[in-house]
Amino acid sequence: MITSKRLQDRLIDGLIALFLLTLGISTLLPLINTLAISLSERAAVSAGMVKLTPVGFNLTAYEYILQDMKFWRAFGISVLRVVLGGLLNFTLAVLTAFPLSRSEKAFPGRNIFIWMFVFGMILNVGIVPWYLTIAQYKLIDTIWALVLPGAVPIWNVIILMNFFRNIPKELDEAARIDGASPWQLLWHIYLPTSLPALATITLFSIVGHWNSFFDGLILMNNPDNYPLQTYIQQLVIADRPILHGGQAQLMVKLSNATLNAAKLFVAMIPILIIYPFLQRYFVKGIMLGAVKE
Amino acid sequence: MQKYSDRLSYYVMILPGLVLLIAFTFVPLFYSVIAFQKFNPALGIQNSPWVGLENFLYIFRVRDAQQVFFNTVFIAVMKIILLELAAITFALLLNDLRFLRVKRAVQTMVYLPHFLSWVILAGILRTILARNGLLNDFLGLFGIGPVYFLGRPDVFPWVIILSDVWKEFGFEAILYLAALTAIDPTLYEVAELDGANRFQKMWYISVPGILPTIVLVASLSLGNILNAGFDQIFNLYSPIVYSTGDILDTYVYRVGLIQGQYSIGTAVGLLKTVVSLILIGISYWIAGKFANYRIF
Repeated sequence: MITSKRLQDRLIDGLIALFLLTLGISTLLPLINTLAISLSERAAVSAGMVKLTPVGFNLTAYEYILQDMKFWRAFGISVLRVVLGGLLNFTLAVLTAFPLSRSEKAFPGRNIFIWMFVFGMILNVGIVPWYLTIAQYKLIDTIWALVLPGAVPIWNVIILMNFFRNIPKELDEAARIDGASPWQLLWHIYLPTSLPALATITLFSIVGHWNSFFDGLILMNNPDNYPLQTYIQQLVIADRPILHGGQAQLMVKLSNATLNAAKLFVAMIPILIIYPFLQRYFVKGIMLGAVKE
Repeated sequence: MQKYSDRLSYYVMILPGLVLLIAFTFVPLFYSVIAFQKFNPALGIQNSPWVGLENFLYIFRVRDAQQVFFNTVFIAVMKIILLELAAITFALLLNDLRFLRVKRAVQTMVYLPHFLSWVILAGILRTILARNGLLNDFLGLFGIGPVYFLGRPDVFPWVIILSDVWKEFGFEAILYLAALTAIDPTLYEVAELDGANRFQKMWYISVPGILPTIVLVASLSLGNILNAGFDQIFNLYSPIVYSTGDILDTYVYRVGLIQGQYSIGTAVGLLKTVVSLILIGISYWIAGKFANYRIF
């Protein structure tokens, strides 16, 4: 009896494992299909023959992308916005969260300020007034349009503020007795003890900046100023031929589908590179937001 | 004295964030008054004629807007329900899995799409969902199709709902997995002694254990029922499927920015802003009352 029950249990274990593995792999199939298309020859792609493995393996699409200045220009703008936007997000999150983590007594007005920020976070201003405001500031077609409007990441501020408030008060008081200023306190005690939370919010910012396309689309009039996601959106989704550039000459060997698939894949690479870190920190980070009492 | 110089430091620290908050959130809110004008960019806010509630009355008259509102709520609500069901089922099964390596491998695979943008995923989906794409090949094995997934108004909302489930179910499950690991293991041991089988343990211990999390997610979702997913729909829809696929955000974008009817676009946006604000307020209140949740 016992053995047959154990056997049955093992069997169910195996079935669950098999089911979940199949589910996991199916989740990735669309991505694998895109990779296969990017590595296949024109005729096979046009005939819809490419499924999960490349047909007529070649790297022509990638060789082409290497020389495609429009692509790299957009890639560069994306890197710039990630670096600049990430730095701004980080600095502002720390500078805003720290005073908000103080008590109302130590920092009069703290309660009003926090409500202003929370109100700002849940307030979803319409896209039209948002656009008109940024146009009014003359930021259209500048990199600042991509990094300033979202420069204060309020959700990250709240995560960080909650984290700061859980740091033992004793550390704080000891430094106070030694005459440390708030700046020294922040720099020498709060930042070093908050590294996991800081890593998490930085990764949030990087992914957010890398992935956004819509601000690039409406705030950049000149396609030369598009970040990579906007460039790809216009090329692959909206199919705007302006952006193809010298692509036509290569069409003998390459199909648009192959080239677009390769571009999609190259745009994914930065995320794939930081994915191990994302997995480690995001999983914790998603729990950081809530206050436990 | 230290107290005053400390306070000064705090004000200096918060100043940049406060200025940006005002400049990019509160100033646009002020700009929303053009919802009550017939706004003309050449005249600006000061000189454009005021029209009272005319823009709002217009919105309630046009059939488009009602359809768009319905589409938005339908897609958003179906997304929430199916996404949470998928995430809960997945979390329960994964929690039951005893092979740690398989567990970790599966997690690595299913979390990935969450981090990719809808531009990339839409590019991929357009290929997969094409007439001779991967999905139609698969359905062909069962004699179904080919289906024009992105060109049929009756199918399109489901493509949106299910592709969102595909992208997010793994990541959404993280919350439930965390709640599951917090369940006292002795509960399972006692149940086992009483002769409970695997599924009874799941139903009578795991599910009640994650019930607070389910309540929390459900109440917070309330604030999102007017957000059907702009990035996703914008990158997958086309005029053929506007009847079922056009949502508030895409409508505001087309009417307000593309057609240049700034005041109409702002009016729709403002309605959405106000309703969302109320819904989020209610959802935080429910989450606080029934799940002990507070954001700060």
